[in-house]
Amino acid sequence: MTCAQAAPFLSAYFDRELDVAKSLEIAAHLHECDRCSAGVRQHQALRSSMSSGSLVFVPPRDLEWRVHKAVRREARPRDMLMPPWRWAAVPVAAVLAGALSWSVAVHRGGTAGESGELAELVSGHVRSLMVDHLVDVATSDQHTVKPWFSGKVDFSPPVVDFAASGFPLVGGRVDYIAGRPVAVLVYTRGQHIVNVFISPAGKDEAEAPRNLTLQGYHLARWSGGGLTFWAVSDVNGTDIDTLAHLFQAAG
Amino acid sequence: MRGPEELQRFERIVMPHLGAGYNLARWLTRNDHDAEDVVQEAYLRAVRSFDRYRGGDPRAWVLTIVRNTCYTWLRKNRAAAVAGDAGDDGVEEIPGDPATQPEVRFIRDVDQQLVREALDALPAEFREVLVLRELEGFSYKEIADIVDVPLGTVMSRLARARQRLQQSLLGRLKEGA
Repeated sequence: MTCAQAAPFLSAYFDRELDVAKSLEIAAHLHECDRCSAGVRQHQALRSSMSSGSLVFVPPRDLEWRVHKAVRREARPRDMLMPPWRWAAVPVAAVLAGALSWSVAVHRGGTAGESGELAELVSGHVRSLMVDHLVDVATSDQHTVKPWFSGKVDFSPPVVDFAASGFPLVGGRVDYIAGRPVAVLVYTRGQHIVNVFISPAGKDEAEAPRNLTLQGYHLARWSGGGLTFWAVSDVNGTDIDTLAHLFQAAG
Repeated sequence: MRGPEELQRFERIVMPHLGAGYNLARWLTRNDHDAEDVVQEAYLRAVRSFDRYRGGDPRAWVLTIVRNTCYTWLRKNRAAAVAGDAGDDGVEEIPGDPATQPEVRFIRDVDQQLVREALDALPAEFREVLVLRELEGFSYKEIADIVDVPLGTVMSRLARARQRLQQSLLGRLKEGA
């Protein structure tokens, strides 16, 4: 075999994509040809130069969410009545409606008023996943989200992106809970969504996070700076707790 | 798409490859925003044609759609980017004599930015096979299916793509030196 005959196959030989017979022929040629061996080594060097991973473009973190939304919208017209962003939420949501007030009363001994509010918080979370209304303002830029709230709620919620700690900010929206507008900050944790509901506390003293689990949803409540915070998600309780402490540390 | 179960299946099987789709779209369009638009459009096409997905590697399936969407988009918006066919006759030149080639190993330590520029400057048909092979790790058969060319063409195109990238890198290194 001559170099001219071997040359077209060196790259595929290097990729181990040749059949056995051809591969053996090339191997035999390389054994006696320094020039072609160097060619194969160049392929190896080139691969090394491309393999650090830094050549891979990573999508912006809200792209997946946007595509999810578009896909859901696309799929909906034909008998799609149930297109939530996270399907995992669906059975839970169905169970939740009936079981919630009972759960709260039994497990927390909460008052009727509190359990009603919890029910609204959780349904606010579930609703945000089930309809096209996760965020009104979709941006990870806290300086865009914060002014967006002014004029929509009569208090100024702290808006911090905790991306560095694993909770990137996705955006914000306004919900109505117990008849009042409530600021909602939306974070992601891996594939999960965390809604943080913020409303005036009516008092200034800080309260450490309290945790609660309802039908697979984890909730944490804390206060500070005259505001009450409720985080709701299906991430694990530890993650919710981490986020609560990040908020408290940032406040 | 026939119902919520199908959408659920789509989201489970196809959504995880969004990153790979974006990477290919970004390399082909060479622009962040265009890549985002293309990926979104491609996923819409994918969900519409999901009933034609017959198993097999979902990543290859969705990348085929992303690639086609890219070219449709490029033809519409940047005719120049696809007009210049780099020629693909399957004939490869003999690698240069190692004695006259710079030491091969030092390419290994090349600044990633330089590699990125060199890859970005290649014609699209070379760029895409290198991305599919080196960044996404596809086999020749899978690349042939995605790019819709015979296996032999993948082989010769990759060989030429590597050669061009190599030359381009060496040129850039000399310029920088």
